[in-house]
Amino acid sequence: MSNAPILSIITFLPLLGAALILMVRGDDEAARRNIRMIALFATLVTFGLSLIPVWLFNPATAEFQFVERAPWLGGVISYRMGVDGISLPLVVLTTFLMPFCILASWVSIDKRVKEYMVAFLVLETLMIGVFCALDIVLFYLFFEAGLIPMFLIIGIWGGKRRIYASFKFFLYTLAGSLLMLLAIMAMIWTAGTSDIAELLKTGPKLFSRDMQFWLWLAFFASFAVKMPMWPVHTWLPDAHVEAPTAGSVILAGVLLKMGGYGFLRFSVPMFPEASAFFAPFVFALSVIAIIYTSLVAMMQEDIKKLIAYSSVAHMGFVTMGIFAGNAEGIQGAVFQMISHGIVSGALFLCVGVVYDRMHTREIAAYGGLVNRMPVYAVIFMVFTMANVGLPGTSGFVGEFLTLMGTFKSSTKAAFLATTGVILSAGYALWLYRQVIWGELTKPSLKAITDVDRRELTILVPLVVLTIFFGVYPRPILATSEVAVNALVESYNQANGAARTAATVPSR
Amino acid sequence: MYQAIVFLPLVGFLIAGLFGRAIGARASEIVTTSLLGIAALLSWVAFYQVGYAGQGTTIELLRWISAGSLNVSWSLRIDTLTAVMLVVVNSVSFLVHLYSIGYMHEDPDRPRFFAYLSLFTFAMLMLVTANDLLQMFFGWEGVGVASYLLIGFWYKKPSANAAAMKAFIVNRVGDFGFLLGIFGLYVLTGSIGFEAVFGAAQGLAGKTMEFLGYKVDALTVVCLLLFMGAMGKSAQFLLHTWLPDAMEGPTPVSALIHAATMVTAGVFMVARLSPVFEYAPFAMQVVMFFGATTAFFAATVGLVQNDIKRVIAYSTCSQLGYMFVALGAGAYSVGIFHLFTHAFFKALLFLGAGSVIHAMHHEQDIRRMGGLAPHIKFTYAMMVIGTLALTGFGLPFLHIGFAGYHSKDAIIEVAYAAHGAMGPYAFFMTVIAALMTSFYSWRLIFMTFHGQPRWAGAHGHHDDHAHGAAAAHGHADPHAHAHGAQDDHHDDHAHGHGHAHQPHESPLVMLIPLAALAVGAVFSGVVFAKKFLYEDGIKSFFRDSIFMRPENHIIHEFHSVPGWVPWTPFVMMAIGFALAWYMYIRRPDVPVQLAREHRGLYQFLLNKWYFDELYDRIFVRPARWLGRFFWKKGDGWLIDGFGPDGIAARVVDITRGVVRLQTGYVYHYAFAMLIGVAALATWFMFSGGVGGAH
Repeated sequence: MSNAPILSIITFLPLLGAALILMVRGDDEAARRNIRMIALFATLVTFGLSLIPVWLFNPATAEFQFVERAPWLGGVISYRMGVDGISLPLVVLTTFLMPFCILASWVSIDKRVKEYMVAFLVLETLMIGVFCALDIVLFYLFFEAGLIPMFLIIGIWGGKRRIYASFKFFLYTLAGSLLMLLAIMAMIWTAGTSDIAELLKTGPKLFSRDMQFWLWLAFFASFAVKMPMWPVHTWLPDAHVEAPTAGSVILAGVLLKMGGYGFLRFSVPMFPEASAFFAPFVFALSVIAIIYTSLVAMMQEDIKKLIAYSSVAHMGFVTMGIFAGNAEGIQGAVFQMISHGIVSGALFLCVGVVYDRMHTREIAAYGGLVNRMPVYAVIFMVFTMANVGLPGTSGFVGEFLTLMGTFKSSTKAAFLATTGVILSAGYALWLYRQVIWGELTKPSLKAITDVDRRELTILVPLVVLTIFFGVYPRPILATSEVAVNALVESYNQANGAARTAATVPSR
Repeated sequence: MYQAIVFLPLVGFLIAGLFGRAIGARASEIVTTSLLGIAALLSWVAFYQVGYAGQGTTIELLRWISAGSLNVSWSLRIDTLTAVMLVVVNSVSFLVHLYSIGYMHEDPDRPRFFAYLSLFTFAMLMLVTANDLLQMFFGWEGVGVASYLLIGFWYKKPSANAAAMKAFIVNRVGDFGFLLGIFGLYVLTGSIGFEAVFGAAQGLAGKTMEFLGYKVDALTVVCLLLFMGAMGKSAQFLLHTWLPDAMEGPTPVSALIHAATMVTAGVFMVARLSPVFEYAPFAMQVVMFFGATTAFFAATVGLVQNDIKRVIAYSTCSQLGYMFVALGAGAYSVGIFHLFTHAFFKALLFLGAGSVIHAMHHEQDIRRMGGLAPHIKFTYAMMVIGTLALTGFGLPFLHIGFAGYHSKDAIIEVAYAAHGAMGPYAFFMTVIAALMTSFYSWRLIFMTFHGQPRWAGAHGHHDDHAHGAAAAHGHADPHAHAHGAQDDHHDDHAHGHGHAHQPHESPLVMLIPLAALAVGAVFSGVVFAKKFLYEDGIKSFFRDSIFMRPENHIIHEFHSVPGWVPWTPFVMMAIGFALAWYMYIRRPDVPVQLAREHRGLYQFLLNKWYFDELYDRIFVRPARWLGRFFWKKGDGWLIDGFGPDGIAARVVDITRGVVRLQTGYVYHYAFAMLIGVAALATWFMFSGGVGGAH
């Protein structure tokens, strides 16, 4: 089994599905149905296959597993794939969310179905590739190319202001990635290798302190936009608002995680001294993100914008946890990424449910939905509470651990960030109250129907997972534990013994 | 057995919640109520086994969160403190379930209601059986959500929705402190499990830690942060504003959550963490200060409220203050004792009030009641018992009395005997509050049950009462009507409106719980006083579930206070009763006159010291203003204006003539981009390869 290139199969299987779809002729209803079925099937099989590495994964080692190597482009650069406890959960998150995206687009997308499904399948390949790539050039290719299908999804199937939104999205992300490209070139030049595993081992010693700073900043420019961190977050609300439902799900669920993953894979382990140096700076930005965007979220008039702003706040917890530099913070950050992927994805799916019926995302257009949609109200409540970070839902675990990790390294940052606990309750419950509760008085809503079978199929598994991981987060925490501990150890080592003493709790 | 106690309500919740529609309302009621009945029965068994036979235990269920040195499990810690809470929670919850069968019988959403009630009970049980701070926090937030759902149960009422949100958010303010306290303890001890934390507490006494850039006494700051959580949940002064509004929920909810159980979680928390608080004397003084202030403050507001539930709500708030006074003095078992007795008589008062409201067809304003005693004799008797228990009626020279006499009077004595600057303050405040408690409790009884009937059925028109005895009470106040919930009943609760029904006694299913609680209100004090108030009893009963430093002699000391001290609450109670009788039976014109003469003071009290208005000004409005400012000016003008929009505008200018960014052209654009990225990548790959080979 260990000889089969399982990661490559998972990565490129969606491309195969895309190729099959391209072969479908005609544009009648039957053809569309076939296209949808192929896409669904491809994503389901991919998800099924991605469970194999989960099954075979050895959580006791921090080494990369299922490693594949093939010569590519000659010289230093080669095709290297592999996962560790940090990337594997993200791979599974991606493959898990994809079938829901296809299902969510089943009815709502009726023009250019073929292109749409192809774009999504290509996007899946690129996203999985980002998390599996063990060569920094390969990573960069996947990372940047992922922009294109997303750009298309927003630009073609988006809402009224889709051109503006896709442009904004593109401008922001491209600006950051060019700097990263330069940094990658500099790294290869210095280290003589583009092997991530190699760079992780030698990087901290090889790159001088000064060089680390510049490299760190260059990577930061790219990852901060992707996260997105304040103040480069303004593309996200627009992109979300204009993107079709499935696009929002992938955007919030997976694309935002690439930034966090990048910090964990490159910035912290390869430039530990710079990371320690910049940690207060990241804390400041994260705290601002949490408070500022939570306040902004409270004032939104568009459901999707509100959730988008709350995403920025939640990603603030991730960046804070990562740069806390201790096991609690980083474990929490990894968990928060997975949890946010599920919860915010689900929230966007929930918005999609009513959007498909009413074709508006305006909060004021709704009210009293519980009267006609009791099942929907329950499901929406679960995700609202997960968004608020209620213990017993997955949203809590990550928030708690990142805050705890942050408290260990900066009480001030933790103090300010914990106010997010109050603010998130403010905007999330306000949204729920406006949309779900109250008398159903608006004539346009009188005939609205509750969730149907297809929608239930999409939402119920997410409800189950949200609660399951809230009660029993071990599957994720145990997977990432050893890898995170190794990361923390090397980070502490690079930053000297003084730091180590400070982060180990005094018993 | 302990698993059954905790998880049976969860099973009830799942059955009623998931299948409530399928199995119907009656089946949901029976399932949840009987499961709770079993749990309540088992709780009393546990109470005996743990408290009297000394068989405490800890059961680990499942690993929960582990990261770094943090290792938390789901577990059940069963000691005497837990057992006391189990009895309180499950007994009251069972009775409230039973009562609700009658009270809610016209509501179409009964399965949902019973599911919520059971969910609440489960969360509360997880809270009291927690063996670490995190599970406690789980229960803490869980009861918060259940409370939120139940306050907002009648979701068509905007006032109920607002109250639900307010309750959750104000509680979150407290949770903010609770969380930071947990983090602090974790940094100090490397664990948040009770055993580890308690073991380390003594060694941490006097140590300092860095907090927000200051060097502070570690345990003091941690305890204060944790106490902030307790203040939120137990509606203490400054974080109390949600509790009166929570009365928007159905009355059984008020009895269970906002009187007997959830609001006492803060008291339980401090008692549970007694091994930590014991080493933070300053924090204890703060606890006492807030307790005493709340006891006084809430009682003053209670004096003039006109909504029957709000009077009792403020009374709850005030009594919770009493409990914190005892905790702050280091007499944890005394605080817990008051929690225990209070659960019975306050639930009794609330359910009694519910019975009155039921009888009055959902009228809650006591100005529209009066003369009800002959119509609902049983309810009247029950309310009187509850009032006697609350006001602490008893005979000081015989040491015998209603439940509140034993627990509340003990707290006043504790306050007298307490050390530190806050002792005299707390004593003074609690004595005054005792007077006011007696006054507003009897005022409630007199206005509801005695005097001239002022209800619609008696005169035909609501307006009549404007000339009635209590007219001055709040007719100048616009809030009274909005709060009375007169105008926006839930549809299904407007039964009997428009008809001049006579008040009617409630069905048996509602009266049995009243009777059961009345037994508790009468006897829970005298029966258990030995175990909660006396050194020997505490030692053998509580053992190590509460911790008192060897230097802490408060239990001994409060028994040897001067002879006049035990008489003060008795005298206060008597004066309060006499005043209420004089003002509402003998000379009903006096309150009208008083209110007119002291208009400022009256408005101040009626408007609850203007806390809602104040918070709206200093928190809510600025937050909304900031949100809008950040959105429009920060994101819109500053970041976008100078960032992407500025650039995009230029780009679009340039490309306008060349590429039209319409659907068809996006392909070209993307294709060009792809080629660009690929070309760039290829270029540097080769150059990189060469470079690497150097």
